[in-house]
Amino acid sequence: MKKKKSIEVTTQTVGRNRRNFLKVSGLAIAGSGLLLASCSDDDDNGNMLGGTFDLGTGDVGVLNYAYALEQLEAAFYTNVVNGSFYASASADEKAILLDLYNHEVNHREFFKAAIGANVPMEQQLTADLEFDFSSVDFSDRDSVLGTARVLEDTGVSAYNGAGQYIQTAAYLTLAGKIVSVEARHAAAIRTIINGSADYTAFAGDDIIDDNGLDLAASPADVISAAGGFFVTPFTYKNPQA
Amino acid sequence: MNLIKFLDEFTTDKLQEPMTSRRAMFGQLGSLTKKAAIAAVPFGLATMSNKAMAQSGSSVVDVLNLALTLEYLEDEFYAMALDSGVLSSNAKAEAIYMQISKHESQHVDFLTAAIEGAGATPVAKPSFDFTVGGAFDPFNENGAGQATAYAQLLALAQAFEDTGVRAYKGQAANLMGSPGVLTAALQIHSVEARHASEVRRLRGLEGWITGSQRGAGMPEATQAVYNGEDNVTQGGVDVTTLGSGSPFTVDASTQAYDEILTADEAVTIASLFIES
Repeated sequence: MKKKKSIEVTTQTVGRNRRNFLKVSGLAIAGSGLLLASCSDDDDNGNMLGGTFDLGTGDVGVLNYAYALEQLEAAFYTNVVNGSFYASASADEKAILLDLYNHEVNHREFFKAAIGANVPMEQQLTADLEFDFSSVDFSDRDSVLGTARVLEDTGVSAYNGAGQYIQTAAYLTLAGKIVSVEARHAAAIRTIINGSADYTAFAGDDIIDDNGLDLAASPADVISAAGGFFVTPFTYKNPQA
Repeated sequence: MNLIKFLDEFTTDKLQEPMTSRRAMFGQLGSLTKKAAIAAVPFGLATMSNKAMAQSGSSVVDVLNLALTLEYLEDEFYAMALDSGVLSSNAKAEAIYMQISKHESQHVDFLTAAIEGAGATPVAKPSFDFTVGGAFDPFNENGAGQATAYAQLLALAQAFEDTGVRAYKGQAANLMGSPGVLTAALQIHSVEARHASEVRRLRGLEGWITGSQRGAGMPEATQAVYNGEDNVTQGGVDVTTLGSGSPFTVDASTQAYDEILTADEAVTIASLFIES
């Protein structure tokens, strides 16, 4: 990771939320990598791992987790749209990427509102996570669409994997309303990447198993797939079902 | 998803379930005609959010039987579509249908195994009529011609996939007590959404649903699939008010969230295509 592009970030609020830490967890994201830290203490007494915010457990954890991922997706598409797309973008591709930007920003603001209304202040993930997209060449079609594919497939796998940790029916239904839109995105992006070379890419054999099931990933796996984009450190222990 | 773990969980559900309700349920499912059996499943459960209630084995099996019924419909539809020759001149459409057909067949097998693994009886496969009493001719069996049949074949696929997405979503909360089953159902749900996106784009639409629009070329009979998709209130919040600019237009706000169908609504739609 070289140059950092900051998206809608103010370090002020990051600092505020870092102070409002919750718990020490077994899994920490810091900078461009994944930091594994072990901690035997699992209580709520504000154990602190280098001042790192923890997403929490139960519904709070899943809401914060979803909010982190939606912030990441929204920030990525904001860069794509603000950068006037890549040079060779067709009208169809621009329309799709603009729609994805619209949807992800809407999702991001939805989680912000949901968390603001339902999660105690000190347990709310900051609205200003910082991201590092230096690995993405926003002028290059393959780089932009390839990153979009990873983010959308990862989003699908993350919601599918986290559904079982949701404790409130209304939240599970809301996650369902969002994950199917992520899957619609993933299919469209995969199709425009592959074109006539592979008409089955929208739900390709690389992601759908022999039972016809889509990806489902644990938070640890999701974070290792997307962790390189997160600059603001936070932690999320794998929740218990 | 580990099938063994999945089946093991079902077995546990079955053991925890009172014998009386089990006997009542299986008797009910086994003794009625195919169409009636679907209607007899206690669909009121769809509105139930009580976690403890949702943990009962009968609820899980009922949800799986509803899912199996929808998968039977899709599986037979795609198999007949591929056999009909209507797609043979379009390599892209044929490749897409083959991939979807493979998944729907896998879903039928997976759900059948899951229900049997729970010690329950999978609902029998209904007899389908994809012409809806002669209103459509998607397989070009009655002289509609290739072009008309092709358009109807794509329109029906879109309706089935968008229905599947909404129907699975509507049942998720009923599976909260069975994490393995819930995860598998979510994994099928997102595959249906990928299918829906692709079929819609094959038809020249966007992959996502705007308002309650069924989209150009969709028969009016499919409007029930899209009613309610114009909802902008999520979790009690009007999402059009969360900001300004293009992400918060009514169009974008409805596209960004798919809505549920209750079991009753899903069965009503599927019943259009069920003869007996």
